[in-house]
Amino acid sequence: MARKTTTGQRALITVAAWGIGLLISFPIIWTILTSFKTEATAIASPPVWFNFDWTLQNYIDVNTRSDYLRYFWNSVVIAVGSTLLGLAVAIPAAWSMAFQPTKNTKNVLMWMLSTKMMPAVGVLVPVYLGLRSMGLLDTRIALVTIMMLMNLPIIVWMLFTYFREIPGEILEAARMDGANLRNEIIYVLTPMAVPGIASTLLLNVILAWNEAFWTLNLTTTNAAPLTAFIASFSSPQGLFYAKLSAASTMAIAPILILGWFSQKQLVRGLTFGAVK
Amino acid sequence: MATQRAHKAARLMISPSVILLLAWMIIPLGTTIYFSFLRYNILTPPPSWTGVENYTYFLTDPAFIPALVNTLVLVLGVLIITTVGGILLALLLNMDFWGQGIVRILVISPFFVMPTVSALVWKNMFMHPVNGLFAHLFRAVGLQPVDFLSTMPLLSIIIMVAWAWLPFATLILLTALQSLDSEQMEAAEMDGAGWLSRFIYLTLPHLTRSITVVVLIQTIFLLAVFAEIYVTTAGGPGYASTNIPFFIYNLSLKQFDAGMGAAGGVIAVIIANIVAFFLMRAVGKNLEL
Repeated sequence: MARKTTTGQRALITVAAWGIGLLISFPIIWTILTSFKTEATAIASPPVWFNFDWTLQNYIDVNTRSDYLRYFWNSVVIAVGSTLLGLAVAIPAAWSMAFQPTKNTKNVLMWMLSTKMMPAVGVLVPVYLGLRSMGLLDTRIALVTIMMLMNLPIIVWMLFTYFREIPGEILEAARMDGANLRNEIIYVLTPMAVPGIASTLLLNVILAWNEAFWTLNLTTTNAAPLTAFIASFSSPQGLFYAKLSAASTMAIAPILILGWFSQKQLVRGLTFGAVK
Repeated sequence: MATQRAHKAARLMISPSVILLLAWMIIPLGTTIYFSFLRYNILTPPPSWTGVENYTYFLTDPAFIPALVNTLVLVLGVLIITTVGGILLALLLNMDFWGQGIVRILVISPFFVMPTVSALVWKNMFMHPVNGLFAHLFRAVGLQPVDFLSTMPLLSIIIMVAWAWLPFATLILLTALQSLDSEQMEAAEMDGAGWLSRFIYLTLPHLTRSITVVVLIQTIFLLAVFAEIYVTTAGGPGYASTNIPFFIYNLSLKQFDAGMGAAGGVIAVIIANIVAFFLMRAVGKNLEL
């Protein structure tokens, strides 16, 4: 609805929009600012805004004192590992449902979606006890598997909505031109499918990175990702504001940046294609 | 031609996903149901059969009614804030102004912040009664600082969760707004329809489906809010900020009562399914094959 507005109106809207945008993102901005302060400046009253001695000491402290890199690496393994595993399982399924739909396809898709509705807490007890008896509590393999299962419905759905937009006729045209199945897949389908797969990968890495039910309940130290690392600041340790801020900034920065690139996919992925 | 073979191949391609999800659904859920009929303390096995006792205990536990009410208040509170706020923000962001891209990034950013980070940042750096920014603000205008998390724990958690979900609602409603037919809008404007009536008769009906989706999807996630409570109030003071998931977590992994935790799990599944039923109908209607 980009209607003509006068410059005056536009300036007014600009001020309002920027004001609200800054207000909403203020907790993030404040966290990032605080991460560069000393502990004393961080709790100074009245609060200090920009004119303080910027320091990287908190980042150094968090890295040296707390094994931050291990948590970070666990987050990467869990988020990326579960997504890649999910893609490997989901691509064939989505592919066949998009290109050879049968009368059951809709039911299968709806059923998959329905598994996503099961609240995690409903199966906490058996999953916890099952993993414990298998000696898999606090292991990355357990979290990769569970996160993959959690996100599999979304992965299948997203891929399905992307694949469905690839015109089937182009395959026939390639076949007419004498392409065999292998060449068809390599030269015709893959280039068209890659953007959809990349979007799916991006959104699901974000979702798995931020997941904080299973990661908190099934890990203690070895497999604990950043969600659990930050949760450990809920003890009085969290009152070291500058360090909490530095740890938080490092935990959210990669996903914030990925997230900015995935706005469109976010809508499609989280509404199961209902809003585009 | 080779349809028989194609069908077989298709089935082969779909089955790994189906089998995995089927197993993920049936095995844990079946076990939860089975456990819910056992007297089963994790620390003192073996479990013994007890019938529906766990359900009676769960439903008559002094924490159950507060947890149920808190869950509903939390879900409804966040839904109201995010839907109304989301519509307003989407309308604003859809207007013509300088720096649209950056403002949009600012607005959606909270959605990407992991729940434990947002909860701790709000708890310590904003709501802390001595060093929080709100406390500074209160003192600056001559008011007594408030200890948000102990005097109004549920409201504080609603604020944290709403902050995380407002961007989601905004983004989806903005996407929907952008597909609104601008010619129709202009025609209505030329016919003399005011801003409000254009909003009520054109914009709002256009957004209905997206609003439904926003409400239903958020409900699924909001029924499961856990980390924000875990790192801030731990359900307290008393049961003032205990919701159903946190209550069940407490029973299962803090009091080690697997039987009663499982009974609670079954009840949580039933509640979620009621919501899911409506969501599935809304999504299914939009899926044309």
